[in-house]
Amino acid sequence: MNSRIAHVAFNTFREAVRDRVLYNLIAFAVLLSGAAILVGQISIDIERLVVVNLGLTAVTLFGVVIAIFIGIGLVSKEIEKRTLYTVLSRPVRRWEFVVGKFLGLTGTLLVNTFFMGVAVFLALWYVAHHLERGDLSITAALYFIVLQFLIVCALALLFSSFSSPLLSAVFTFALFVIGSLSEDLRGFAAATKGIAGAVASIVAYLVPNFSAMNVVNQVAHGETVAGQLILYNTLYALLYSTMAISGAVLIFQRRNLK
Amino acid sequence: MAAIETINLAKTYAVGFWRKKPRTALLPLNLTIETGEIFGFLGPNGAGKTTTLKLLTGIVFPTSGTARILGKDVDDPVVKAQIGFLPEQPYFYDHLTARELLQYYGQLSGMPAKDLSSRVEKMLGRVGLADAAHTQLRKFSKGMLQRVGLAQAILHDPRLVFLDEPMSGLDPIGRREVRELIQQLKQEGKTVFFSTHILSDAEALCDRVGVIHQGQLRGVGAVADLTSQVHGKVEMIFTAGSVPAGLTSLGAEARVSGNMVSVVLPEENQEAALEVLRRERLRLTSLTPVRTSLEEYYMQNLQPAGKSMGVGA
Amino acid sequence: MKSSRLSLVASVMLLLSLVGTVATLRTLDGLRRDATLKEVLYIHSPKALKRMSLGYSGLVADLYWTRAVQYFGSRHIAQASDFHLLSPLLEITTALDPKLTVAYQFGSNFLAPAPPNGAGEPDKAVSLVEHGIQNNPDNWKLYYALGFIYYMDLKDYRKAGEAFQRGADVPKAHPFLRLLAAQMAQHAGEYRMSRMLWTATYETTTQEQIRRNAVDHLRALRVDEDVTQLEKLVATYRERTGRLPLTFGDLVRAGLIGGVPADPTGQPYKLMPDGRIEVRYPDTLLYITKGTPAGYMPPRPKADPADSGKK
Repeated sequence: MNSRIAHVAFNTFREAVRDRVLYNLIAFAVLLSGAAILVGQISIDIERLVVVNLGLTAVTLFGVVIAIFIGIGLVSKEIEKRTLYTVLSRPVRRWEFVVGKFLGLTGTLLVNTFFMGVAVFLALWYVAHHLERGDLSITAALYFIVLQFLIVCALALLFSSFSSPLLSAVFTFALFVIGSLSEDLRGFAAATKGIAGAVASIVAYLVPNFSAMNVVNQVAHGETVAGQLILYNTLYALLYSTMAISGAVLIFQRRNLK
Repeated sequence: MAAIETINLAKTYAVGFWRKKPRTALLPLNLTIETGEIFGFLGPNGAGKTTTLKLLTGIVFPTSGTARILGKDVDDPVVKAQIGFLPEQPYFYDHLTARELLQYYGQLSGMPAKDLSSRVEKMLGRVGLADAAHTQLRKFSKGMLQRVGLAQAILHDPRLVFLDEPMSGLDPIGRREVRELIQQLKQEGKTVFFSTHILSDAEALCDRVGVIHQGQLRGVGAVADLTSQVHGKVEMIFTAGSVPAGLTSLGAEARVSGNMVSVVLPEENQEAALEVLRRERLRLTSLTPVRTSLEEYYMQNLQPAGKSMGVGA
Repeated sequence: MKSSRLSLVASVMLLLSLVGTVATLRTLDGLRRDATLKEVLYIHSPKALKRMSLGYSGLVADLYWTRAVQYFGSRHIAQASDFHLLSPLLEITTALDPKLTVAYQFGSNFLAPAPPNGAGEPDKAVSLVEHGIQNNPDNWKLYYALGFIYYMDLKDYRKAGEAFQRGADVPKAHPFLRLLAAQMAQHAGEYRMSRMLWTATYETTTQEQIRRNAVDHLRALRVDEDVTQLEKLVATYRERTGRLPLTFGDLVRAGLIGGVPADPTGQPYKLMPDGRIEVRYPDTLLYITKGTPAGYMPPRPKADPADSGKK
């Protein structure tokens, strides 16, 4: 059982890499270098701030886009193109397939984020000429970004287990945007009375809590990230992903493939 | 124990988003396939052939009824290890090479690692892709993809092989190779279940055939039986410019093509007809008994339900 | 069947992780109280933020406006003593959307007064509203807001009058601006001015908190007037009869009042033995300056435990 999941995961990773997804790193590197050089020229006293803010935001956005497009392409495309027929007629169980895809996808993003993180640190070193202790918290911010990817991948798989590629992409991206404002949403829901408030609360609790994982501003100002926050965010990401993947498994389990 | 057994296996799709209009793809099917036979599933497009195959390979779930393979339920992973499936117009992971694809599929089928590599090479050779083993699948032609499809279907040495239109996309050489492969599979003791709408292939390969139309099984029979029924007629082909007068009175149906005439008449009038030819000094080219063709059986069974003749297996 | 067992397992996992997710979420929210609000402190340049909004600055302004309202509202209820984030929140809101009138009104009502009723920063309130006037010179409501701050919290009646005058000159201005400007000279500091202002505030906005605040003030004015009036009648009674009335019934029989008087919340006033009038439940009436027992202290503003006290 475990080896089949590992094989699916590895194949997913290989397929993504060969599909030249990692080329996005080049675009990212170009963007970041350009910004770093520009900022370095202007010498506006907030070079570190700009590089960290811009760098981490770009890592997040690039990653989310990749997660969505690969994630959805992986399952929906396979269903459409009937690649799955020859896979599912083999002893691999459907749930193993879903979990394997998830692991392969997050693995790809992990590798991608690692390289991007290195690029951010290089850009930072370039503009600031030295790295400080406070910069270690950038690693924490990167870790939180990876947690966000975990959830986005799980959601992408969940939607593509029953929806068309386009709709899945739209839903997942919408949830990303809403989730980034989820703390505000909960505040708003708490202040609203009646049925609207109850509905808003339910939605606000179900939407992924990306806002707690966004510490870019903090980290740009050199502040440390609380250990408790790291712990609970990790727990949250794992639980939420489990929820989404369980849903994907349930749906995919009984899905008739056209 | 039958290789494949279906009991009232049926599938209805709910089509449409709001008003669920049901579409019956397969009416309750009762079919038994014995181990070691080559069974051909015949029918026009949209008859339900692919649906049946998908039901038997666990890709689609039945609305009612059951299907058993080697006595076990279709969803059982033990069963999955014993079947191979080639879908219609297959499509695979674009960026893998043929070798990598087979390696991956072998892993998923649970083949032990040490045997896998050699087996993959052997399969590639068997389907004639040894030279293209390291080429990425996105560069493969339709015929090459069909061969890869065959390779992955038999890679793990399954006891049953399901093929959906295995000849599609192949040139005459390719088709002959596939025919030979299927016959080899039978010699290896495997059961082959394939769907096609090309009757000559079915006639050449199959032990038994079933005809399906509009979701309903119209008839099942052994090919030998179906084509051995002699009409009691003979066909004579001879060189002549026109049909000799004496033959028409013998109940002959004639066709003239250039200087060749083909005449079909009842067997008992055979000697009389030969007399006519001798008298007219016409040269006889061939004299053969007329058999029911599979085509006739097929066409009969495509009639609206009620007029079909099902011959028990 | 294998499949249904898997479905069961997956369903259970889904339910359990759902529960876990919600629980963890609540803990996270607890850890990160006010975190979104504290983000405000990192924004050195509202202009940069506006540029980063890529044309959606109106939407971002709405977001910050919502945060400002909730920030103030939740602390006000908790009777906190520190509202130091209110000013940055409103500044950013109005920088992103200079035409958001209600934000300026909110500032004039709640930035200026002292805690727990406001942030206690009248100067910031003034510059906020002045910024609004710069961007919306034809919006009479903003001149009103400015005059309001000067009158209520800075007690600078001259400047208040000037602001109202400026506003009165704006086309389509509400007529009471001219009235207020005119009355300022003679009646500044009187009840009637206050009542006019609070009534005007109530009518120029639909924002819930501002309106409720105005109502509370109007009620307080009512109570102050009632108490003054009633105590005068008690004095009149004493002059006539030589002694203090024992109950309101005495005053009724003396023909001084029609019935037992009640405060704006519907509670009857209390006639104390020493002739003073008191409100029955002083804690329910905010802002009253009369009718409270001797030594009465309004409920103290509470320090919010999540406050780090930093500015």
